[in-house]
Amino acid sequence: MSTPTAERTREAVPARPPAPVRRLPRGGADWVSLAWFLLPALVLFCVFVLAPIAVAVYTGFFTWGGIGPMDDFAGFGNYTRLFGDEVFLGDLGRGLYLIVLSVTVQLPFALLTAVLLNQRLRGRAVYRTLFFAPYILSEVVTAVLFTMIFLPGAGMADHLAGLLGLEGLRGRWLADPSTVMPTLFTVMVWKYFGFHMMLFLAGLQGIPAEVLEAASLDGAGAWQRFRHVTLPLLGPTIRISVFLSIIGSIQLFDLVWVMTAGGPNHSSETMAIAMFQFGFKRYQVGYASAISVVLFMISLVFSLLYQRYVLRRDLSGAVTTGGGR
Amino acid sequence: MNARRAVRGLSLHAVVWLIGAFVAVPLVYAVVSGFKSTGELTTNPFGLPARWKIGNYTGILGDAMFWRQIANSTLIAVGTACCTVGAAAMAAFVLARYAFRGRELFYALFTIGLMFPFTVAVLPLFLMLRTFGLLDNPLGVILPQAAFGLPMTIVILRGFFRTIPAEIEEAAVMDGCGRFRFFWTILLPMARPALGTVSVLAVVASWNNFFLPLLVFTGPEWQTIPVGVQQFQGQYSTDYALVLAYVVLAMVPALAFYAVAERQLIGGLTAGATKG
Repeated sequence: MSTPTAERTREAVPARPPAPVRRLPRGGADWVSLAWFLLPALVLFCVFVLAPIAVAVYTGFFTWGGIGPMDDFAGFGNYTRLFGDEVFLGDLGRGLYLIVLSVTVQLPFALLTAVLLNQRLRGRAVYRTLFFAPYILSEVVTAVLFTMIFLPGAGMADHLAGLLGLEGLRGRWLADPSTVMPTLFTVMVWKYFGFHMMLFLAGLQGIPAEVLEAASLDGAGAWQRFRHVTLPLLGPTIRISVFLSIIGSIQLFDLVWVMTAGGPNHSSETMAIAMFQFGFKRYQVGYASAISVVLFMISLVFSLLYQRYVLRRDLSGAVTTGGGR
Repeated sequence: MNARRAVRGLSLHAVVWLIGAFVAVPLVYAVVSGFKSTGELTTNPFGLPARWKIGNYTGILGDAMFWRQIANSTLIAVGTACCTVGAAAMAAFVLARYAFRGRELFYALFTIGLMFPFTVAVLPLFLMLRTFGLLDNPLGVILPQAAFGLPMTIVILRGFFRTIPAEIEEAAVMDGCGRFRFFWTILLPMARPALGTVSVLAVVASWNNFFLPLLVFTGPEWQTIPVGVQQFQGQYSTDYALVLAYVVLAMVPALAFYAVAERQLIGGLTAGATKG
């Protein structure tokens, strides 16, 4: 190892005092040894993350059943078929439905829970652990559990509906096109609100007590303190939460696949379910790849726009100043 | 004043209790139902079982298939965690502590991986694994899972590695320590808390993965717990109590792991989410 060279060329980085960034001599043995460190991650990443996406883009241009030569070039045929398909347009609509509900119902619910548990409350550590527990469970385990709960006739939900006088709901939950999405969404909330609660709790703990005290001294009530101090200071956390729940809603698969497989009659189908159905059940791999690509483009465009326009000030480390919005 | 505070405290507790019930009731229902017969489950859904029947649980615990799935899930989770953390630690070390041309480009490449949904890649991934002959092979699940875990792990570890003072490396280098020895014998032991956090995240992600094992493993030989639960439900779909007992037993390892590693897990998620 070229100890003296590394010594001589070391430079202090003024912006971040603790960050020990070393400048290396151009070329030579050092670059090679660094490349060895990067290699495993790069190879894994290129082979298993980047390449599949490239493969999906390529395959999406063919009519192909998954085996044999890929020689039936379809151009954008798969895509025109997709956007002419009412079921697929419905998939997009259902994705949007889950996004809207997640942001307007799940996140406020998680925020409420976080605010409650941020107070002095006996046993709050126990509640915190309990509320987060569903997040640890596999989606499939969750899905099978709730399938049993929503079983027509025998499940807990039917009995509960009977007790609450909601007879109309009995036997319908996952079996009826009009109730299946709200039912699935309820399971989603059960599974994921604890995660967002945890993020919000971490955010709340970052709010200095002095700021709230000062507002208190100026005569702000509990609601005013929440509305004009806590909420704006929680801005970065909320924006991250919104981002994660939108990306999560777009990709939802396991839960829906196990509980309804997209049924009854496509009424709970999501894009990921459609991709799975065409790719692995109906052997229209080219078409399914096109669905993958559309899913990817939606996620990518959304992520880029969100990072560019919404997260920018958070990422650049600026303190949020939004009080009025 | 005191009375008002008491009322407020009481209503606060009521709301938290209600949320607690929303979370806990399905879990408790599953545990208790596992002790019933399916006949009793339909006639007496909420009450305690008339006779606590442990047969559902003991039957599953005596089933070699259940233990095989647990062993498979464990092996794959540990394998994934080793690959993810190993590869990510090496890359993060270089990306955090050395300036070289293209460093930010490499880092950006990995971070855009944060936006790539696994669902999108799963179909072409399957085609590739088939070509490589990695179907029905645990590596066919371990390597892709590790690859998709890299971005988050690199982001967290890079942040941590940057906080380790340069003086330590200087001292080590002066004592004749090479780069690899510094990384292996000094940096990694110092980074143990961060490594613990990212390992826990990798284990949980792998343990819960369903999509990939479902596609890669065609037979029961390598089946993991989530796939096993789904298959079991299909097989015994009318024996509700038995299925619920299986669900409960499948939850136990995950919840036990959560109880042990709660701090690392939550620390990692909040750090990862806010830095992502």
